[in-house]
Amino acid sequence: MTDVRLSAGTERNEGRAAGFSRYLASLKYALYVITHPFDGFWDLSREKRGSMAAAHTILILFLLTYVLKLMYTNFQFIMVPIQYINIYQRMASLALPFLVLCVANWALTTLFDGKGRFRDIYMGMCYALTPYVLIQLPCILLSHILAYDEAEFYNVLISISEIWCAFLVFVALMEIHDFGPGKTLISIIATVIGAMVILFLVLVFFSLLSDAYAFFASLYREIQFRLN
Amino acid sequence: MKRRSRILILTLAFVLMLPQLAGAVNDGTNSVYTYNFDYWGEMMESPDAYRVEETVTSASLGLEVPMNAPQSLYVDGETLYVVDRGNNRILELARKDGRFSLVRIIDRVRGAEPETFNYPNDIAADQDGNLYVADTNNNRVVVMDRDLNYLKSFVKPTDTTFDQSSDFLPNKLVVDSAGRVFINATNVNKGLVKYEADGTFAGFIGANKVTYNLWDYIWKNFLSTKEQRAQQAAFVPTEYKNIYIDRDGFIYATNINFNESELLGDAAHPIRRLNSLGNDILIKNDRYPPIGDLYWTEGLQANDYHGPSKLFDITVLEDDVYAAVDRMRGRVFGYDSQGIMLWAFGTRGSMEGSFNGAVSIEHIGTDLIVLDEFAARIAVFKTTEYGQMIYRANAQYTRGDYEGSAETWKEVQKLNANYPLAYIGIGRALMRQDDFIGAMDNFKKAHSRVNYSKAYRYYRQEWMEQNIWWVAVILLVLVILLISRAVIRKTKWEVSEHDRRKALSRH
Repeated sequence: MTDVRLSAGTERNEGRAAGFSRYLASLKYALYVITHPFDGFWDLSREKRGSMAAAHTILILFLLTYVLKLMYTNFQFIMVPIQYINIYQRMASLALPFLVLCVANWALTTLFDGKGRFRDIYMGMCYALTPYVLIQLPCILLSHILAYDEAEFYNVLISISEIWCAFLVFVALMEIHDFGPGKTLISIIATVIGAMVILFLVLVFFSLLSDAYAFFASLYREIQFRLN
Repeated sequence: MKRRSRILILTLAFVLMLPQLAGAVNDGTNSVYTYNFDYWGEMMESPDAYRVEETVTSASLGLEVPMNAPQSLYVDGETLYVVDRGNNRILELARKDGRFSLVRIIDRVRGAEPETFNYPNDIAADQDGNLYVADTNNNRVVVMDRDLNYLKSFVKPTDTTFDQSSDFLPNKLVVDSAGRVFINATNVNKGLVKYEADGTFAGFIGANKVTYNLWDYIWKNFLSTKEQRAQQAAFVPTEYKNIYIDRDGFIYATNINFNESELLGDAAHPIRRLNSLGNDILIKNDRYPPIGDLYWTEGLQANDYHGPSKLFDITVLEDDVYAAVDRMRGRVFGYDSQGIMLWAFGTRGSMEGSFNGAVSIEHIGTDLIVLDEFAARIAVFKTTEYGQMIYRANAQYTRGDYEGSAETWKEVQKLNANYPLAYIGIGRALMRQDDFIGAMDNFKKAHSRVNYSKAYRYYRQEWMEQNIWWVAVILLVLVILLISRAVIRKTKWEVSEHDRRKALSRH
């Protein structure tokens, strides 16, 4: 009995260890993706080189980097009214549009003959955010070394990270859906419009919901009033 | 176990979010009397910089006919002139023992044609004490000597650059040290009308630029019909609201006709400092340009005041400190020579120290005199200890007494910890004493990037000089580590390659 249980435990542990090393490998694969985007994004889901866990990690790191940047960059470079900042709100203001855009892209590329599934799109988008983390996190440190009149160094690095990310997003969508550049561009524009439509629908839904709630609440109150 | 940890995490998340959920809200209502802005443009209540010393009314002057819509104040030494427009007269008051009393009523000019005033709007005096009155509906600026004898008058220029079809309605005027007269006339939009001392017309200076946005332009030129176009206002520059000449001969002008969007983009220039060419040379070194209030919607009631400050008049004190009065909310704004706000005070109302129709501001020394046209009342403000310290610190700094200035700023700080200028003043003095960390700390509190950067560069240099050896050693170690790692890798690769070849050759 004990032996069996022990061996089951070790098996599970071994499985865990293998899973963890696979996770690490998939996380490390992000470095390959950002330097070889065309190959990297193609293999990301097709060769199962990336993992959802790593994608979540990168997204969380991205949000953390953003918040850390707001809070700990030297005030010479970024001045935020720290007394009014709500980090959860700030993170949500990045994460929600990100997810809505992913959903919109998935919904539209399905119509456009895109090859990617939702998880492929999400994974690709998350991996494309890697340069943001890799460059802007050290930039927080750099901001405490530079003076205001040397701001160009800082700004150039920030710009590089943003342009790199944008380029990766473009390539990612191209490779994931097996599109040409022109079709990718059109799909991106359509995605933005689609995201707006989604937001509109959500707003309409919630306002209708609140109206309906108010209606039933007043109905209930009215009945109660009559019965008493 | 698992469920318990999940509950723990949820509780933790909730506790972390709690302070965010119960955030305090600053509603920005006008409950404060004296304030200044912090870096974020937030109104920070401050100790009073000015308090009402004296209120001058028709009754306190013993006037038989009470003042009716007085329009303008002018100070010449210790003499205060009040243009009582509704009664077509000018009151001359003198200050004795800190009280204003009536000296005489000026209502006619001996030897002029006509002798009486008709709707006078402004008065000024030259260095000889001759009085210049903008006698608007008589279409002239009439000049008289101290004894009210007619000297000369400035009338509508016959020059072709002046629109001969419209009336000459001088509204505000200033006289410079050479006796040149600058007149702001209603309906004249080419700038201030300039006259030489002998009365000859010398052109216009400082025209208000024409402002319109692209959409207005497209609408007007391409989309509207002829009938619509006839009803629209033409794109013409507007005249100034008021002018003041400082002792260096620069004309300060205020302007109240602009779009709010222009104000936000610093394109409206409600306060200008015009040089002899008519160019605006006002210094604006603060984050916000000198536009009066930064919040334009205060309170939520319909009768609250909305819209930007309407600066009706301006006066310039020592060290190029200037104070402008806002009709909209009945406030006075003081700025230093760099365009940084020193204080703002006042409110709407009929109590002492508040205004319903603030229309003119003047000064004697550091005392401010504000005229309320509806209440027909003149409020004389005297600095408090706090206000006096701000002036002193400014003056000390201008004189080059930086240490003394810092000491005064420290005193200011004791009364008002939310005063950015005090931090900058102290920081500058600390920097001169090579206390860079202290300077950086103060500059950071004032959110002053440029000053912080200066102090930081010195600090960094000092740090590098002290720690150069450590930096060199660390860099050396890093380089050695990197090189040895590369060497080891290469050797490993060569060994494995060697083994592989050996194995291959064996087969």
